[in-house]
Amino acid sequence: MPNALDLAPLWLSLQLAGVSTLLLLLLATPLAWWLANTRWRGRAIIEAIVALPLVLPPTVLGFYLLLMLGPHGALGGPWLQLTDSTLAFSFSGLVIASVLYSLPFVVQPLQNAFEGLDRRSLEAAWCLRASPRDAFFSVALPLAMRGYLTAAVLGFTHTLGEFGVVLMVGGNIPGETRVISIAIYDHVETLDYASAHWLASILLIFTFIVLLVVYTLNRHARVRVL
Amino acid sequence: MTRLIVQCDLTHSNARQQSFHLHAHLDIPLDLPGQGIIAVFGRSGSGKTTLLRCLAGLERCPSGFVSVNGAVWQDTSKGIFLPVHERTVGMVSQQPCLFPHLTVRDNLDYGFKRTPLLQRRVLWDHVVEILGIGALLDRYPHYLSTGEQQRVSMGRAVLSNPCLLLMDEPLASLDAQRKAEILPFIKRLNREMNLPIVYVSHSIQEIVQLADTLVLVNEGQATITGSVHEIFSRLDVFEHQGDVAGAVIDTQVVAHEPEFGLTCLEFYGRRLYVPYQLSSVGDSLRVHILSRNVSLSLTPPPGPTSILNIFEAHVVEIGASTSGKSAVDVKLDAGCLMLATITRKSLLALNLSPGQRVYASIKAVSLQL
Repeated sequence: MPNALDLAPLWLSLQLAGVSTLLLLLLATPLAWWLANTRWRGRAIIEAIVALPLVLPPTVLGFYLLLMLGPHGALGGPWLQLTDSTLAFSFSGLVIASVLYSLPFVVQPLQNAFEGLDRRSLEAAWCLRASPRDAFFSVALPLAMRGYLTAAVLGFTHTLGEFGVVLMVGGNIPGETRVISIAIYDHVETLDYASAHWLASILLIFTFIVLLVVYTLNRHARVRVL
Repeated sequence: MTRLIVQCDLTHSNARQQSFHLHAHLDIPLDLPGQGIIAVFGRSGSGKTTLLRCLAGLERCPSGFVSVNGAVWQDTSKGIFLPVHERTVGMVSQQPCLFPHLTVRDNLDYGFKRTPLLQRRVLWDHVVEILGIGALLDRYPHYLSTGEQQRVSMGRAVLSNPCLLLMDEPLASLDAQRKAEILPFIKRLNREMNLPIVYVSHSIQEIVQLADTLVLVNEGQATITGSVHEIFSRLDVFEHQGDVAGAVIDTQVVAHEPEFGLTCLEFYGRRLYVPYQLSSVGDSLRVHILSRNVSLSLTPPPGPTSILNIFEAHVVEIGASTSGKSAVDVKLDAGCLMLATITRKSLLALNLSPGQRVYASIKAVSLQL
């Protein structure tokens, strides 16, 4: 290991992925539940919007986000007035960008899990004096646990690996927006291949282990996660 | 006022876009002794399940009125619709639908825990004992047989302390032996818990064994109600239900004749031989004597006969004889009501008229309980 390998980008990436995943699970739960249960015909519009980051070049998403988060943007402007700091090129801005960028990876597994629920289980819960909210937390949520595991793993690893959007919105500020993928890119640019190797291999091994654990769990479960 | 009042009108279209219309107008007392099990009977697709789901509030019928024990659950004219979890109904459907992530104990506890303390009338241990599920408490539903799952599902529903238990073909996915095991449980739940049950089924055997009051759903009309004895011996209601008309008689087991494979039953001082039954002496048994298995003669058979069951009876009523059909139904009074289906040719030969004395013969081997 090079003497002064800076591990700060790794911690920053883990923080960013952790915060984003938590926010994503909170936001995606009602959205996925609604998508799984609504009979509204316009549902496809919402599904298409949620799926956009899957196919859109990250630079396109990053470009629009940059406009939105900038000091004159729809979000960045009010934020500047409230907190006296800009959203673009900040950790908070990165969190907002990551949440949007990884949204489909969290919403879709949850939606699949909710759609796969046996409706009769919910009806049984209602008949046993459970209100719809109570039945959601005591029956639907535990039965959708594997969907949550998939959603969390995909959301976390996808945020960990994002590059294009971060570059557009966050830039390269050490300790604030310099995440691991940016740091690797930087090392390669300055021909510091040794540092790039260390960071890249850490990311590779970490992601591999996470996926290995998920697939091993799958082998022992009735329902597949990925 | 302990009555079940249901008026509902709905047009329902299912996944295959077949629509049907259900009109129900029922007013059934719930507190008369021995009237606690209300069976809803009709062919598949006649709307029985929909009727039950309307009662539970799982289905919203566009115009309807549902009232149980004086509490109004739905009144579309006043915009009242009580959500399912406030209706205090227990529901047992064809599939047990136990919560797979909970043990049997936690499944049973699910509704019990959610019952306010003051409304808890049912004793946990008593229900577990009646259903014989004490040994299963720490297992997960996955490891239970279908029959065991169904018993747990019944226990779970009863432990939520409902004022009305709804059962939708609870035995349909079980084999004959499991059915025979569970039928007595349902009776005990009703009698010992004092819990009225609405029981939907298309199985005539289950209805005969369980039902006190019968609701007939026919062509989307659920309007004919009455005691099971009365309805089964009516001449006009079973035309669309297949070959099931016949008397339902409550009997008691008085003796077994194992050497002949027979059991002797008694009703109104008369004796009836049926194929061997597992019940013990003193047990009560319901017998369904299909009208097509009853033949009539004007005098008792003079010589020895192979027929074990011969009853003296009076003709009460003779059904309408339509020219297209070969058979005609005759209602008899043999201490209790009995039905016989004979050919029109025999009717003419015997020259039957109401009040006339006849002898009804029933082959013991034709009586399958």
